[in-house]
Amino acid sequence: MSELVNLTIDGTAVSVPKGTTLIEAAKQAGVLVPHYCYHPSLPSPAVCRMCLVEVEKNPKLQPSCVTTVAEGQVVHVNSANAKKARESVLEFLLINHPLDCPICDQAGECELQDYVFQEGRAATRYEDYAKRYNPVEDFGPDVLYVPNRCILCTRCVRFMDDVAEEPVLCVAERGDRAFIGIDPAHKLTHEWSGNVVDLCPVGSLVSKDFLHKARAWDLDKAASVCTGCSQGCNITVETRDDAVVRLRPRPNLEVNRHFMCDTGRADYRWMNRGDRVEAPLVRQDGKLQATDWLKGFEALAALVKGANGPVVVLASGRASVESLALTKKLVAGKTATLAVQVPMSKNAEAPLKGVPNLALRQERAPNGTGAAWLGYSKDWTAALNAAKGAALVLVVGAELTDAEWASLKGAKAVAVLAAVDAVGEDVAQVVLPITTVAEELGAYVNRDGRIQRFWPAKAAPGMARPAWWVAGEVASLLGGGDAPQSADAAFKLAVAMAPQFGGVAYAELGFIGRATAQSPVGVA
Amino acid sequence: MNAAHPSVPYEPVFVGPTKQKLEALYPKYPTKQACLLPALWMVQEARGWIPEQGIAEVAQLLGLTPAYVKGVVTFYTMYHQHPMGRHVIQVCTTSPCGICGAEETLKALLQHTGCQELGRTSPDGRFTVVETECLGACGFATPVLIGNDFVESVTPERVPGLLQRYS
Amino acid sequence: MGYPHPSHPKETVVLSKYFGDAGARSYAGWTERGGYQALKKALGMTPEQIIEDVKASGLRGRGGAGFPTGLKWSFMPKNDGKAHYLVCNADESEPGTFKDREIMRWTPHALIEGCAVAAYAIGAEMIYIYIRGEFTEPWTIMAKAVEEAYAAGALGANALGSGKRIEVVLHRGAGAYICGEETALMNSIEGKRGNPRIKPPFPAQAGVFALPTTVNNVETLAAVPHILTRGAEWYKGLCLSNPKSTGTKLFSVCGHVQKPGNYEITMGTPMMTLIDEMCGGMRPGRTLKAVIPGGSSVPIMNAAEAKECLLDYEGVVAKGSMLGSAGMIVMDDSTDMVRVIMRLAKFYAHESCAQCTQCREGTAWTVKILERILAGEGEAKDLDLLLDLAENMTGKTICVLSDSCAAPVVSGIQKFRGEFEAYLSRRRAPAVA
Repeated sequence: MSELVNLTIDGTAVSVPKGTTLIEAAKQAGVLVPHYCYHPSLPSPAVCRMCLVEVEKNPKLQPSCVTTVAEGQVVHVNSANAKKARESVLEFLLINHPLDCPICDQAGECELQDYVFQEGRAATRYEDYAKRYNPVEDFGPDVLYVPNRCILCTRCVRFMDDVAEEPVLCVAERGDRAFIGIDPAHKLTHEWSGNVVDLCPVGSLVSKDFLHKARAWDLDKAASVCTGCSQGCNITVETRDDAVVRLRPRPNLEVNRHFMCDTGRADYRWMNRGDRVEAPLVRQDGKLQATDWLKGFEALAALVKGANGPVVVLASGRASVESLALTKKLVAGKTATLAVQVPMSKNAEAPLKGVPNLALRQERAPNGTGAAWLGYSKDWTAALNAAKGAALVLVVGAELTDAEWASLKGAKAVAVLAAVDAVGEDVAQVVLPITTVAEELGAYVNRDGRIQRFWPAKAAPGMARPAWWVAGEVASLLGGGDAPQSADAAFKLAVAMAPQFGGVAYAELGFIGRATAQSPVGVA
Repeated sequence: MNAAHPSVPYEPVFVGPTKQKLEALYPKYPTKQACLLPALWMVQEARGWIPEQGIAEVAQLLGLTPAYVKGVVTFYTMYHQHPMGRHVIQVCTTSPCGICGAEETLKALLQHTGCQELGRTSPDGRFTVVETECLGACGFATPVLIGNDFVESVTPERVPGLLQRYS
Repeated sequence: MGYPHPSHPKETVVLSKYFGDAGARSYAGWTERGGYQALKKALGMTPEQIIEDVKASGLRGRGGAGFPTGLKWSFMPKNDGKAHYLVCNADESEPGTFKDREIMRWTPHALIEGCAVAAYAIGAEMIYIYIRGEFTEPWTIMAKAVEEAYAAGALGANALGSGKRIEVVLHRGAGAYICGEETALMNSIEGKRGNPRIKPPFPAQAGVFALPTTVNNVETLAAVPHILTRGAEWYKGLCLSNPKSTGTKLFSVCGHVQKPGNYEITMGTPMMTLIDEMCGGMRPGRTLKAVIPGGSSVPIMNAAEAKECLLDYEGVVAKGSMLGSAGMIVMDDSTDMVRVIMRLAKFYAHESCAQCTQCREGTAWTVKILERILAGEGEAKDLDLLLDLAENMTGKTICVLSDSCAAPVVSGIQKFRGEFEAYLSRRRAPAVA
């Protein structure tokens, strides 16, 4: 335990570890010091001068982002002096900032807009002087630079310099002519460069993908986990009218700090697919016919019950711990091959150098470890071979090629739990509609054995239900006891199946998850 | 010292003696990066300005990125980011010289060089006149830096004769 | 001798003794004039003894801040096993100041010797002399002198046969006023933008290349050999008013005096002795209107204040300004103060490094308001706005460039308000900006 320092911030006494900055200590006192250049995952240059606070016995206001706490300090964030200083910084920032909020993507989540609204001047004193003008510049595959909105906080430059360790941005020129410069021959192509858009406190760096798509205040947000690879970056899934429009990193100091990679960031369009299975389909008279859930359960139960021989489960790499567990339960008692689909990228890992143990991994599935704990094999080829002569093949959300689907014709029976329509429809006896990760509660276990939860971001289409619910109901019909009626209950069943889970419950996982005894030493 | 036209293919600066000159500086500093300002001076000496390719060349030699070097080049006003006349004339017009007639000297220089406007190169390619901030010779108003020649006490009357020395 | 004028009898000629004497530039010429005796003596002393001598002399930094030099040296860590650096600030770029230029032009070895003594005192083997890019002539002269000093064995692995290594490297700036600020200067040496750094850490803990560093001004270092050879008591005795201001000081006087130039006077000399007697007074038919006494960053004095001012650190403060770098800009009654102040603000706006918001935006905004006033388009409320902006720009940034822009604006409006109002009320014809 490091030494604690006692101080008072806006009348609230706090004790924080020695070396803590005032801006972080103020958070402990429930006071957010307005700031621009400061970011907890970047070095602090103390240049925006927005976070100036009054420290008693100190004649000058102090930048709280670089000033560390001292015993007995009395700090005033909201004194008249500090407020006037902040009001003046806001005024200075605004003189060259266009008032184009109505067409700016950042509006509604803009720190300049927010703080000006909170404590800025009601009217400008800049009269009718010309504002600084520079044209919009293309900064890379997904980044546009709108220099007129730039407040020169340099977060983007520091991210590329100190975190990505690929300094392709710079502050060019000086004085009020300064702007963010880029190497024309080497733009923001770094795998993690999209983070500069999130880091930008104003609408100066914007995402081309998100450009003019939605207003920030129209967005609904859900906590989730990126499914792009085995790293398990914490993310927020943002939707407008039930359509996912943006994925953004969600802070988790133990996994991805404040960042996510561009591959993960772009990996959301499948969540919005309209070609979904919306009702249980059961083959009748040679044709898949829509029916109700009970008939669907009975059809699948019959197939499982009737399987006299090896059963092969082909599960999606995106299947949750809960779904994998209940599927396993469904085929308990059978000679079953359980396999999970974990695509391996041919590209090398793409690390974010400035953050330990953070990379876009080659293993492009979020739950390989959870699957392994539950007895699923990653040998997909072997499982496909076994499937060819199986008594029953149960496909749970997996994506198969046309040839692979065709190869399943050799199996006696095929049942499919699918989110996407027209999948395996010519080989399946039963197709049951399931939800995607964006539509359900669940948990994944990342490559480091960290268990992390995700929450639904949008409504499930039609009759689609989580795979764990479907499998649980069918298992129950087959005499497996009561089916779980909540993700929580399903997770409990999963945890009971594998000691690696360490007996944890949802309530213990919170929003940032939990490392387990399986996690490597040194990985929190 | 001639300003290369941007369309002329770029010849690397750091070959032969110039390369040796730069390498001789390395042991004088604990980092290679510290040689950035000297290296940029060498580019400007050779080319008359600092073209993009010069930035790339310096970046590569010193283990930096072109963007980083660009940030540095654009910070220092003596590094020219555009081709200049054969003789760059920097005229101090900051207050101490300003109250002693620097504006008139500047006007005379713009007129007699044929540049007419600040930052423009004269039609004969001889001169580019720029305004500069305090040259540190305020007692000798108006100081003017022509290329590397520091000329003190330049008055409008002296301008025509002064310019004759530069071809 | 004196340059460009012969030394005035009321000057106390120490540093400027050989100004105008081209013979003093060479190593041989310098040793003939008693040069390098101080270094020889220093190398026979302990670093602690040297620091004590300099402390006792009362020498204060001549770059602008006036911090006691010996005390600054004593902040350098002892026996820390790290490389130490001495950095000489020869970036002289404060408008009104041109003294270091003359030291380097006429007595380059005085600076080299002072550097060598200081380096030995602070445990440094490496000295960087950062010379502003515009100083082409001083650069050439210094480069030749360094070469000679190496050839003569005064510098190098075995300085003057002492077994001590003392190396001097000249580093050329490239046009940035702010590099005269010591932390910006260190960044510039490191090959970075000349952005001032946040303190702490202070240079003595983590300076250039993050190693213990002392940064001293040219004039400060050039004074050190004299203190060693003639004694701290002698130096301390050069004092006419306040015992905290000792020694001689080079005053750069420019503007509307008859004989602008550098004048070396004992601390405490009255300002009017300098202006009227040494500089020959104002131009014919003109009277004194204002003085900026310490380089453009300090508050402007009116004639009444100037007439009562004693030239030392305390004396100038007593008259509402600061001694700064002792670059005196003298203005007569023909001067348009609004225009002078606008041009100064423009200087700071041009030189702002762009880091701190108040400075980047505030300096440029200040210029726009002043230009508008000069153009005859100002409004009465502009003066209050200028003063409020100045307050918002003072004491809130990493370095004092922003404060320096505000100082002449505030003092100018306070002391010459009528001139602003003449433009605002259209009593005065617009001055085309």
